[in-house]
Amino acid sequence: MQAAPAAVNATGKGKRLLAAVVKFFRKNSYFFAKVGISLLTLALSIIALFFLLRMIPGDIVELYALKLQNQQGITFERAYELAAQLLNYDPNENIFQAFWRYIGGLFRGELGTSYLETGVSANSLIATRLPWTLFISSVSLFLSFFIGVAVGGYVAQKRRGAANKAASAFIAVSGSVPDYLIALILVIVFAYQLKWFPAQNNYDAFSVTPGFNLPFLGSVLYHAFLPILSYTIVQTGNWILHMRGSCIGVLGEDYILAARARGLSERTIRTKYMKKNALLPLVTQFGVSFGALFGGATLMESIFNYPGIGLEISNRIISKDYMVVQGLIFFSAAMVILVNLVVDLIYPLVDPRVRKG
Amino acid sequence: MMNKTHSTSRFSAVGAFFQGLGSSAARGCRKFFSNGKTIAGFAILAFFVLVAVFGPLIFPYDPDTDMASAYLMPSWEHPFGTDWLGRDVFRQVIAGTGSVLEIAFYSAVFTVVLGTVLGIVSGYLGGWVDKVIMAVTNIFLSIPSFPIYLLLAAIVTINTPVSLSVIISIWSWAGLCRAVRVQIMSLKERDFIQICSVMHMSKAHIIFKELLPNVFSYIAINFVMAMRNAIMASVGIMLVGLAAYDPTNWGAIINAARTKGLMNVKNIYILLYPLLCIVVFQISTLLLANGLDETLNPRLKVM
Repeated sequence: MQAAPAAVNATGKGKRLLAAVVKFFRKNSYFFAKVGISLLTLALSIIALFFLLRMIPGDIVELYALKLQNQQGITFERAYELAAQLLNYDPNENIFQAFWRYIGGLFRGELGTSYLETGVSANSLIATRLPWTLFISSVSLFLSFFIGVAVGGYVAQKRRGAANKAASAFIAVSGSVPDYLIALILVIVFAYQLKWFPAQNNYDAFSVTPGFNLPFLGSVLYHAFLPILSYTIVQTGNWILHMRGSCIGVLGEDYILAARARGLSERTIRTKYMKKNALLPLVTQFGVSFGALFGGATLMESIFNYPGIGLEISNRIISKDYMVVQGLIFFSAAMVILVNLVVDLIYPLVDPRVRKG
Repeated sequence: MMNKTHSTSRFSAVGAFFQGLGSSAARGCRKFFSNGKTIAGFAILAFFVLVAVFGPLIFPYDPDTDMASAYLMPSWEHPFGTDWLGRDVFRQVIAGTGSVLEIAFYSAVFTVVLGTVLGIVSGYLGGWVDKVIMAVTNIFLSIPSFPIYLLLAAIVTINTPVSLSVIISIWSWAGLCRAVRVQIMSLKERDFIQICSVMHMSKAHIIFKELLPNVFSYIAINFVMAMRNAIMASVGIMLVGLAAYDPTNWGAIINAARTKGLMNVKNIYILLYPLLCIVVFQISTLLLANGLDETLNPRLKVM
């Protein structure tokens, strides 16, 4: 409607183009809405994190300025200016200037500089630590997904059997024991008591060289075993629960009854009819699970001493390196939002019914 | 005049809500204890509450160090043994029960009140209020909560259970808010609410007398779940070494033993008991929540 006055002078070609654009937006409104909501959430989280940042005690800039003054032999005012610039934060500015500075830093891709160590920033930490966290969390995410889907589907069909009771007990225990306590128990038993697995680091830095060689990969897997095992134990219960619920819903459908009436075996019904339909709603769970893994990594990695992004966050919170911490948290939030967006965008491709609703 | 009738009707609605709660209490009690899971969960929780209230009176904790009796094995005098400074672990665990329960209770209250109020407002009023609240909810759901707990716990000085609970509940009401909103939105379309709004009943009446009783069972279940999450979060925060205002809190005991070094088997013996307590506590809350779910929402039952 707003385009109407402009369209009066426009040529027929312009009108057709406008109509095509409108049609394009209408047709893909689902995608644009999802992208828009994600961008809005990201913008709002930036504002929320900015206010968290304002709560940080302001003396860190002064401490950093003093350090710079000693290092470079410049006046305190000059050092303070430099410190505020490097840290991208100045407690003396008013809130709008500070917000402008913060946003500018984010757009330049500077997430935050450490004031404790020179040359360390949130960017450099993400570059070195993120692969490890992603490795651990994605492997365990898919592992627990496949185990959970297989067990959940099997158990849904045999609800009266002993397998269901065992699965329910597993869900109850793994769901009620906090994830980091499972990790702690595993570390105590397998790393400290039996000494089968290492209790720190991502690979053995003394005996292998990083690169694509067999000893290195073996060492990486050996060190990642306990973290992956504990993440998988924690997540599998969830997947079983969701898959079982979804399968029970599908089993009540008429087409399952029709398949039974045709005399198909339970196995065929399970693999060809039930699982495919029951899997669809589970796709949305991927985003939630990823978020839980990424947030939970903070504590899990510090229990395993696994040098991922989570260990970095918890260590730097304790050493009060807040500028790096806020950058890392912003990055984690952006990752979670991105993964949720990807899941939302993939979902209608898997299940076309969603786009209509 | 107009204003006065309005305010009295609002208060009478609130009063009637609590009165209705009292009259159905006896009926509720019988229904409450008809489920095995509920009884088991409630019994364990009640046991922990009793330990928290009477435990410190019977077994007072003595924080004085006694190096001569450090790392003693379990005996009649020290049922759980002693720690590296010769303090009785059994009495520490008992002294910590109250601290853990306080955090769980306060956080659950804050979380449930925040989540329910915002959820009802958002679902019932709709429009731009709903949009704003949902946008805010989205932020809290998309920023991973645990790093934020740690950051807040590091920035804010924590010295009471209330301040720790506030930190925990600030970042955990969002899920409940969204769930309550969905329930309210479906209730809003039902006939009895439609009739109420046609009859020009006050918004307070509709919210307290009509909507709240209908989501009350859901809130009760979520109260228990919020307690669970609060324990999980608070122990996690303490495991990192933050919020160490009470050294007898189970999380603090575990962290202290962990930082002493897990290579030493004796430290593992110390952290075993608080760990076991947390696991039992979490299982009891899960049982209670599941039991309540089965009795209160029979139609939601999956199994």
